[in-house]
Amino acid sequence: MSTFLGMPGPSAPPTAPPGVGHLRGREPFPVAARRALADSQLRRNLGKATATIRAKRAAAVAELPDWEALREAGRAIKAETMLHLDSYLQQLERQVQARGGTVHWARDAAEANHVITDLVRATGSRAAVKVKSMVTDEIGLNDALAEAGITAHETDLAELIVQLGQDRPSHFLVPAIHRGRAEIREIFLREMGDADPALTDSPPALAEAARLHLRREFLSARVGISGANFAVAETGTLCVVESEGNGRMCLTLPQTLITVMGIEKVIPSWRDLGVFLQLLPRSSTAERMNPYTSMWTGVTPGDGPQEFHLVLLDNGRTAALADETGRQALHCIRCSACLNVCPVYERVGGHAYGSVYPGPIGAVLSPLLTGVQQNASLPYASSLCGACYEACPVKIDIPLILVHLRARHVEEARRDRRLPSAEAVTMAAASWVMADSRRYAAAQRASRSGRALSRGGRIRALPPPLSAWTRARDLPAPPPRTFRQWWRESGRRSS
Amino acid sequence: MRIALFVTCLADTLFPDVGKATTVLLERLGHQVEFPLAQTCCGQMHVNTGYTQDALPLIRRYVRTFERFDAVVAPSGSCVGSVRHQHAMVAARHGDAGLAGRAEAVARRTFELTQLLIDVLEVEDVGAFYPHRVTYHPTCHSLRLLRVGDRPLRLLRRVAGLDLVELPDAEVCCGFGGTFAVKNADTSTAMLADKMRNVLDTRAEVCTAGDSSCLMHIGGGLSRLRTGVRTVHLAEILASTRDGGRAW
Repeated sequence: MSTFLGMPGPSAPPTAPPGVGHLRGREPFPVAARRALADSQLRRNLGKATATIRAKRAAAVAELPDWEALREAGRAIKAETMLHLDSYLQQLERQVQARGGTVHWARDAAEANHVITDLVRATGSRAAVKVKSMVTDEIGLNDALAEAGITAHETDLAELIVQLGQDRPSHFLVPAIHRGRAEIREIFLREMGDADPALTDSPPALAEAARLHLRREFLSARVGISGANFAVAETGTLCVVESEGNGRMCLTLPQTLITVMGIEKVIPSWRDLGVFLQLLPRSSTAERMNPYTSMWTGVTPGDGPQEFHLVLLDNGRTAALADETGRQALHCIRCSACLNVCPVYERVGGHAYGSVYPGPIGAVLSPLLTGVQQNASLPYASSLCGACYEACPVKIDIPLILVHLRARHVEEARRDRRLPSAEAVTMAAASWVMADSRRYAAAQRASRSGRALSRGGRIRALPPPLSAWTRARDLPAPPPRTFRQWWRESGRRSS
Repeated sequence: MRIALFVTCLADTLFPDVGKATTVLLERLGHQVEFPLAQTCCGQMHVNTGYTQDALPLIRRYVRTFERFDAVVAPSGSCVGSVRHQHAMVAARHGDAGLAGRAEAVARRTFELTQLLIDVLEVEDVGAFYPHRVTYHPTCHSLRLLRVGDRPLRLLRRVAGLDLVELPDAEVCCGFGGTFAVKNADTSTAMLADKMRNVLDTRAEVCTAGDSSCLMHIGGGLSRLRTGVRTVHLAEILASTRDGGRAW
């Protein structure tokens, strides 16, 4: 199978197709956000968790005097890799094959699910254990496996909570960040089947319950499925970083290992890996080094999985690569620092974004993968405060991409629709007025009619769409004179 | 020094006192302020809402109006942020390389008020008197786009009579975000609620900042809830004196 790999072709590269996977929400962001904002338990859980991790991250980052140089190195390596993505991927493929692995290319989610389902089926196993992975959630792998009669067991503690609770992950690193421990205890008692009825909600007790539950899965599993944090092209080595050791179990115990990775996860060399293994743990868990870093290269006879498959997934990544401003979103190493510092994410949580990729990076990555018209509300789900850009370990300029995607949204809508939206008409009118200082001054004079709406110098209610402002905020009444009137009357020099 | 004032469309129309204060302050420091009447709006609202094509005439107007001045000052971190970081980019997006080059040159000479005072005019004590308990909110664009750092605080610390109290979680966005405040009104309001809680915790009578837009949002919430706390632009504090009070 071939892929275009961001090369300018006769037609635009395909975006991630609808109907499969989790890149699109069922409702626009403002609607989903409103519901999340009303959930006081969620607000408390998120506020507490993000504040804690923000403080810890700041301390971990402050320890390194060369943090800014490391960020720049991370950015530069990713940018260089993207420029030559096609050759690095082919190098990776050759190296994996030379060491006994098999490489599969998947154009989109459906193709990847098909490949993986067939591979599991071929082993004769009806179950697989999974390492925590964003990409398998992106493609909706668990649903596809279930349809084929194969049970996927999540083994990351938080993913287990999400799976048992028939819920969706809401954070890259802490998929159950929206749950408090009392809720987790209830889920375990209700869904685990083998949980001790005397289970308390102390974190060690909950972790022990999960450990006992998972141990049986590990020892009986014949197939393991993972994502990848990095793939080193020069040797064909895959790398997964984690905290619990459950990933290590999945990567080493089963006979067959299937790894799915987005094509942007490849890095050229081991030297590059050294940069990212410093950037990632400090940015995500605020640790100097994460507890478990697993690396494997093809198949080692008599040690670990004897069959290894690598599935390289496009699913809209080439389309993202073709966007000159947006392509830097592919540099993301999924650390979640931008989620933890985002004032919007902190208040609405991950589910409001509708995609497996929430927060600021999700607000750019999801529309880049699906096409901006299919995630049209996400680029606006930001106040453009810039905290994400400041925190990003590979310096992705998320506010710049957000503004760019808003422009793409407006430009594509203008091209495709005959009738402009009310907003487009308003914006065009405002531009016409403000492109001329006489028209502008006349509009200012007209705005003074707003004084009729005011009481005590304040406007407390305006008609839609400005009612969205006055629902919670007063607006000052327009003053008797504008600044330019004052200037003229003050006898100062006008030029 | 001859300084052109870009008052911003928001201050011109809704908050003229901010423009007056900026003028009076710079004149008091011995500088000549000019106000080119051809000015309108920087176009940020258009750019940030996706209407870059509609922003183009506004950017062209800004460049034409201000390129003949050595220094331009605006009492807004956000509008200066747009001039510095968006004008040339939008011009380039629409293939106008000539405008992009000119926009870059004007942007280099456009300063947010506290940048002008400290970096260009090299003054920290502006001779102001403001006998009130004040807390300062650093607006996101002045903080992260323009990197004004502690310049506003250095100016406020030298204001006689002023009791400056630190705002908890000061660097967290207030939730304004331009059209975000309307498009995502619920999220914007939730962010505002936390900002107001922190402002009220300081027991300040005044919350100040370098952007009328963020202050309109914070002040709008404080007013709606009858908190008795008011918002005042930094320029108005720096322009206040012992004899004149608010002499405009």
